[in-house]
Amino acid sequence: MVSHPPRYYGAGLPYQRPYAGKLIVIEGADCSGRSTQTGLLKRWLEFNGHAVADTGIKRSDLVSRTINRAKEGNVLGKTTLSLLYATDFADQLENKILPALQAGFIVIADRYIFTLMVRDAVRGADPAWLQELFGFALVPDLMFYLQLDPEDLLHRHFRLRGYLDYWEAGMDLSLSTDVFESFHRYQSECKKQFDRLAAEYGWVTVDGRRSIDAVQTDLRRHVGSLLKAMA
Amino acid sequence: MRYPGRLFIVEGTDGSGKSTQIYLLKRWLEDSGYPVFFTEWNSSKLIKSATRRAKKKNTLTPTTFSLIHACDFADRYEQMMLPHLRAGYIVLADRYVYTAYARDMARGCDPEWVRNVYRFAVRPTISFYFQTPLEVSLERILGSRPALKYHEAGMDLGLSSDPVESFKLFQGMIKRHYDEMATREHFRIVDATQTVEEQQAYVRQAVSERLRDYVMPRV
Repeated sequence: MVSHPPRYYGAGLPYQRPYAGKLIVIEGADCSGRSTQTGLLKRWLEFNGHAVADTGIKRSDLVSRTINRAKEGNVLGKTTLSLLYATDFADQLENKILPALQAGFIVIADRYIFTLMVRDAVRGADPAWLQELFGFALVPDLMFYLQLDPEDLLHRHFRLRGYLDYWEAGMDLSLSTDVFESFHRYQSECKKQFDRLAAEYGWVTVDGRRSIDAVQTDLRRHVGSLLKAMA
Repeated sequence: MRYPGRLFIVEGTDGSGKSTQIYLLKRWLEDSGYPVFFTEWNSSKLIKSATRRAKKKNTLTPTTFSLIHACDFADRYEQMMLPHLRAGYIVLADRYVYTAYARDMARGCDPEWVRNVYRFAVRPTISFYFQTPLEVSLERILGSRPALKYHEAGMDLGLSSDPVESFKLFQGMIKRHYDEMATREHFRIVDATQTVEEQQAYVRQAVSERLRDYVMPRV
């Protein structure tokens, strides 16, 4: 495989080397099917002889404890929380994603900077600030957006979890004292932001309402084209 | 943003004497009856444990090093500095965003990127820069504190395998960045080779000027 110099969204990481791997990102709201699709994609790629690393939903060791503690106690200012998530992401990028790419792996990132940008923007962060903050992020080779309506997400949350999570319902925003109402409003706002980013950054938007197999077929089609084009 | 308080900060390399000066300023203001809030670098309780753990594990890169310190600053700023400024307090900060600029740039971070990270922070009422010749500040630090911590010495930059050598080179880079940003960031340069008393007199004079139209909050 040929190494190519990293492409970044902004100022980038001025001290990093080129890599030969491929970065595939799957974005979408919680319960949109990211983890399921990532797992299936990984197995398929490995079956076809590719080395695959997935970043998973677990956060980096660096600040995850702090983030959890802060979320429990709700004691952080919004800029601080944004920066903590950015730190967490940067740590994952530099210590997990980049080394794997440099080793020639296909890296599937379950969520990327866009989940963070959406959650921060919905909470009132300056989009221009966020965009420049995440300028160190690599431009992925392929970006998928699993798009679903808040209604569908709601039912999936109940099916998979049995309840609506405080943070996924955006309860910290005081949109409504009722968690059901809050979830709907919050997820609608998030979807608006995701849709905007999808258009701006040219993502592959996939209808997430369909069956697992139907969605996976779509993803495989695009990944297959990518690998053929880069061979 | 407009706020009724005042923000006075001190910057400079380690061993510049800035901490002594801000301490004297704090005492003077408090004894004169002003409501004062003091904060220093890397002191956020919430972020402290994460920073300490991260430094021990040695997985910090220039970017994550920069960001984790930004978290500490943001926490202190949002929870302490800004509320106090809005309540009309005199806020004193030992180190401010310029410390991050100098150190992060020395580590190779993009200058514009670093400046953007800290865009939420207000410009201080006065930023005192205690400009010290390198030999003087090095003498003060190396003369009294023999144990140099890894990141403090800039060992992650691979400047030298010897911590003392590395520290000297690292501090030199930081000083250069401070000197270069002085005009752009409107620093009030204080000649740190003067006596403690001379420096403090200058600082008090400058602060007094900016307190002439200061309205004390009803504390």
